[in-house]
Amino acid sequence: MALPYLWLLLFFVVPFVIVLKISFSDIDLAIPPYKPLLEWVGKHSLAIKLNFDNYAFLFTDALYLRAFANSIKVAFLSTLMCLVIGYPMAYGIARAKPAARNVLLLLVILPFWTSLLLRVYAWIGLLKANGVINNVLLSLGIIHEPLTMLYTPFAMYVGIVYSYLPFLILPLYANLEKMDWQLLEAAEDLGCRPWQAFYKITLPLSRNGILAGSMLVFIPAVGEFVIPALLGGPNALMIGRVLWDEFFSNRAWPVASAVAILLLILLVPFMMWYQSVQARESAGAR
Amino acid sequence: MNYRSSFFILTCIGFGFAFLYIPILSMVVFSFNASKLVTVWDGAHSPTLKWYYALLNNEEILDAAWISLKVAVINATGSVILGTLAGFGLARFSQFRGRFTLNAMTTAPLVMPEVITGLSLLLLFVALEQFIGWPAGRGITTMTISHMTFSMAYVTVIVNSRLASFDTALEEAAMDLGARPFKVFFVITLPIILPAILSGWLLAFTLSWDDLVISSFTSGPGSSTLPMVVFSKVRLGVSPEINVLATLTLTVVTTMIVGVSIWMARRAKLDKAAA
Repeated sequence: MALPYLWLLLFFVVPFVIVLKISFSDIDLAIPPYKPLLEWVGKHSLAIKLNFDNYAFLFTDALYLRAFANSIKVAFLSTLMCLVIGYPMAYGIARAKPAARNVLLLLVILPFWTSLLLRVYAWIGLLKANGVINNVLLSLGIIHEPLTMLYTPFAMYVGIVYSYLPFLILPLYANLEKMDWQLLEAAEDLGCRPWQAFYKITLPLSRNGILAGSMLVFIPAVGEFVIPALLGGPNALMIGRVLWDEFFSNRAWPVASAVAILLLILLVPFMMWYQSVQARESAGAR
Repeated sequence: MNYRSSFFILTCIGFGFAFLYIPILSMVVFSFNASKLVTVWDGAHSPTLKWYYALLNNEEILDAAWISLKVAVINATGSVILGTLAGFGLARFSQFRGRFTLNAMTTAPLVMPEVITGLSLLLLFVALEQFIGWPAGRGITTMTISHMTFSMAYVTVIVNSRLASFDTALEEAAMDLGARPFKVFFVITLPIILPAILSGWLLAFTLSWDDLVISSFTSGPGSSTLPMVVFSKVRLGVSPEINVLATLTLTVVTTMIVGVSIWMARRAKLDKAAA
């Protein structure tokens, strides 16, 4: 147990300390492109220089705040759409016959094992001006000129919902599978309409599954890079993309680190929430 | 369940699976398309295997695939060892110092945005190189370490949940009969969690094989992985060879997943018959 513990300490926790440190450094035109925090001034004095400019910069340039706000909005709406599509699917699979259930579950898991990059790429072929969807609609005479779908917010939402849907269905299914369906029958015997029984019994009982699944979509989606980069077009302002560009294009490592720290501060409460939901769920299972 | 609600649910499932599978199937279909325009079907010359030949002769892609394969295999093996240890510790020892931290450290990588993980690992490697001279430059080693860090979290979860659903009575009985803890682990526990370890290995392999963001941060010159090459190609637009790559990936993944599920279903049956 000590081995994985030390491993995670060194390669998961320590890196964040370094990110924090570099977020307070000056940008430098050197390799690596930042100045040290600690400096010997004179013979026996070590000076620490904390530079808050990187953070101040993030708060004064509207681009960064807009990127943060937009990422949260996109992640939230995508999570909602995943729930609308995923809940009935998870419910249906949980209520299917055991044999059918395994096949359906396999069909949900299969895309999850196929490269995300390739699945996002598939949407470029579907959505572009001379892509599959436009060609089908044109040949059916529904539209007369191709719709612009690729490189729009619409394409980005489709990509995110599509890629993260299995992450929502699986924990939700795991939760619904343990449900005692006799409760529903009892409620209906007592005069509840089916949707009332669903609203009063199924929905509250699956709360942990909904929360766990939503968190698995929301948290990574806030920092998503690949999907906005490939489907969203140049104006898709997402914080993951901003961080990437600061790092790779501008070589502004300290700014990228400050972005990462702010993003982390934003997401840690959700991660802790996720962990407590998971703990409750596994405690309930035993 | 009355008919109307089940009809509604069936419709939802139908649409949901269509949504999940139409993009994938479209890649498979267009991988046989002769036209370079990818999504415009060239009926006169299709279906054709010419893009399959093109892919298999594309050195850039083959080299990248070879690097990806090496990283993925080492990563999967390493993270299975670390993840099994962590999962075993979490499931079998309810009280130990650092349990909370270990639990948090194995949950966080599952949801951590990749750009943060990638950036933080790169900065660690740069700092390590500055202070102790290792790792000298970035490449396969740094990528593999990075992949192991997030893959082992998945293995931990899988192994942990498999152990949690298993009675400790078997292990206790073996110990009562005089087996040493080490022997108990290898003779009793390991066979029980073998399916979890196998799925963990496959998952860790896939995560590494597919990873773009963390690899981009932690790779060095001359060690581009397959996703990195694909990404740079896709950024320039659709390419028929990528459809071929997707089709081949899909074939391998489907065979693997279906094979493993059948094997596990059989095992479960045997378990039941033995009980």
